Amino acid sequence: MELTTLWFLLIAGLFVGYFVLEGFDFGVGMLVPVLGRDDRERRVVINTIGPLWDGNEVWLITAGGAMFAAFPEWYATLFSGFYLPLLLILLALILRGVAFDFRGKRPEAAWRRRWDWCIVFGSAVPAFVWGVVFANVVRGVPLDSGHNHVGGVLDLLNPYALLGGATMVALFLTHGAIFIALKTSGDIRRRANALAGRAGLGAAALAVLFLGLTLAHRSGTAAVVLSALAALCLIGGLVANRVPARDGEGRREGWAFAGTAAAVALAVASLFAGLHPYVLPSTVEPAVNSLTVLNAASSAYTLKIMSWVALVFAPIVVLYQGWTYWVFRKRIGTQHIPE
Amino acid sequence: MDVTDLARWQFGVTTVYHFLFVPLTIGLVFMVAAFETAWVRTGNEKWLKLTKFYGKLFLINFAMGLVTGIVQEFQFGMNWSEYSRFVGDVFGAPLAMEALVAFFLESTFLGLWIFGWDRLPKKIHAACIWVVAVGTVLSAYFILAANSWMQNPVGYRINPDTGRAELTDIVAVLTNKVALITVPHTVAGCLLVAGGLVTAVAVWHLVRRPGQDTGTYRSAVKIGAWTTLVAMGAMLLTGDIQGKIMTEVQPMKMAAAEALYESEQPAPFSVFTVGTLDGSRPVWSVEIPGLLSFLGTGSFDGRVEGINDLQAEYEQKYGEGDYSPNIPLTYWTFRFMIGLGAAAALLALWALWSIRRGRAPTNRWLVRGLPLLPLLPLAANSTGWIFTEMGRQPWVVFGELKTAAANSPNVGAGELITSLAVFTLVYGVLAFIEVRLLLKYARAGLPDVTPPPPAESDEDRPLAFAY
Repeated sequence: MELTTLWFLLIAGLFVGYFVLEGFDFGVGMLVPVLGRDDRERRVVINTIGPLWDGNEVWLITAGGAMFAAFPEWYATLFSGFYLPLLLILLALILRGVAFDFRGKRPEAAWRRRWDWCIVFGSAVPAFVWGVVFANVVRGVPLDSGHNHVGGVLDLLNPYALLGGATMVALFLTHGAIFIALKTSGDIRRRANALAGRAGLGAAALAVLFLGLTLAHRSGTAAVVLSALAALCLIGGLVANRVPARDGEGRREGWAFAGTAAAVALAVASLFAGLHPYVLPSTVEPAVNSLTVLNAASSAYTLKIMSWVALVFAPIVVLYQGWTYWVFRKRIGTQHIPE
Repeated sequence: MDVTDLARWQFGVTTVYHFLFVPLTIGLVFMVAAFETAWVRTGNEKWLKLTKFYGKLFLINFAMGLVTGIVQEFQFGMNWSEYSRFVGDVFGAPLAMEALVAFFLESTFLGLWIFGWDRLPKKIHAACIWVVAVGTVLSAYFILAANSWMQNPVGYRINPDTGRAELTDIVAVLTNKVALITVPHTVAGCLLVAGGLVTAVAVWHLVRRPGQDTGTYRSAVKIGAWTTLVAMGAMLLTGDIQGKIMTEVQPMKMAAAEALYESEQPAPFSVFTVGTLDGSRPVWSVEIPGLLSFLGTGSFDGRVEGINDLQAEYEQKYGEGDYSPNIPLTYWTFRFMIGLGAAAALLALWALWSIRRGRAPTNRWLVRGLPLLPLLPLAANSTGWIFTEMGRQPWVVFGELKTAAANSPNVGAGELITSLAVFTLVYGVLAFIEVRLLLKYARAGLPDVTPPPPAESDEDRPLAFAY
């Protein structure tokens, strides 16, 4: 395989990992005031991702770093071209990360409520804006011959991109609700399951519409197959969400979560599949101005070095991150929250 | 002010701000890890108390370092796209390695450490914080290797077709002599801050709450102050080597550090100067003969190149232009870096002296000076970095790419002003909240570490820690 293709796949993999993992973090964050009726319940919801969210966010930082190293032109054009959306994402992620840490550091209700809203803002906004960004990447943006984005920020808010944003939000909301149901016990678990069922129908409708429109922009066998599988997995997850669990208290949350996780992974993968061999297509002079895996790539030597680094370290990362999920596998309920 | 200036201001504001939190993270993680190891090995509860107490301060601080770090990675592409295009092939590699090798390690094992008190065996739990410590140093190493390449580009060629830098030797980049000396210098700077904080908080408790946990706080003062002193020794040693390497690879920066306009042999070092520093008028200064020669070359009568000679040389080599950085700024930041760091070490020495042979610290001035213990080295770190980065100007990559040609051509003043305002405002508010929280938890003192009474069932036992 060409190293440029390998690195396209690796970066796609990093974004898939990021959206599957941080996807449920975002969903959990958005649901803090919805599923948490009092402070103790809100703390249960937040603590389902307590030990995990930070490690999940590193997938994004690694995706950005990998893009910088393997496709500098892609990194430079994308980050400068989507300036204001990325600024918004940064602002949201800053407030959200700090909020998790600072929220419990003072007892006042007003203090905690303020940070709760930072968590909601910091979860919903990046989910939506990433949807907008990726939809525009797939659709293409106007690039000049120096590969600089020349469109305005309002052009990024086209209906298709807004649909992409809404789809991400709905998908992550469902994914997060199912994760909460998987990790909690008692009343919160029951409410999370019920909410996941409702949100899931909206997510399924939006996802089918968005992926269908995406295929109109960038088609290809792989993209079609992956989109169809994504839809099937989502539906499978929603079915599992209706099936009673063996312990008689909830639903088959493990299967439901596997379904939504696979749906997010496949949906993101289908976007990348549709994109290839482009990394950022241009709507102006597409044949000349578009960025592809070839004209955006680093030298063969850099790609070779980075391939070895990734080959050695990526599996280790997956192993110890997997171990964290194992260590914190137990469900939590209101009785587990210390004073 | 043009767009490059705005982008530079933004980089300056966000980077200096980011590096207020990072030194405390890197320094404190080692001290907390040492406390926990002492607890695991001796079983003495005072070490557990210190682990949890300073661990709390560490975590409040860590969150800020983490979230401001994401901005650092994004803004190369957002504000400096021409730079990113030019250097991505070389500079991107250590950055990606930092994320893959170091960041995952830090964040994952920190999660295990914070929430794992009751889920992991003692030894594994202590090992987790050591893994975080290793992660922070790895992270420092990779990012400093990237930065050192901007100071002293090695292991690359310029592709004649694209005009961009391409990596030819990753080993050369990762063993850049600037990087190898900057890493210990930076890590020592981090320990200087952390040692100062540990000392200051412990002395404060000894003074304000006499008789309460005295033995524990005394241990903290000793460890904190010795860390500061040893770190200062390491700063001087590594800084000395760094100065010689800088004189070799970036002579203009060394000349600017002394505002030395004409080459001299031997060259003196001025402790301070009253005057304009623009080389036009004689100035009044206190000079130590031959010291600059020693700092730069290792010999008290070595020749140090002056700004004017270097300017002439660079004009011949790179074409017309101004190749000297902002002289008053480099001159003063260089002195503040050294002076503030040394002042912190003296304060630490004083704190150590004040508790000698079982004495209680009583000096009013020492108590008033306590906040300075962590703040002086923090300011020394900032001025050191401002010197390092401003001293490289007008280059962003020394000898290869000028800063003025590195910013994003499609990002205008409107966007830059927006982001600069957003970051400054949000960072300001968060700094205020963070400092108040740190003070609140520093004042609260050592936590109670008696284990909770056994719950009715193991299943319902409350978590040892939850957000």
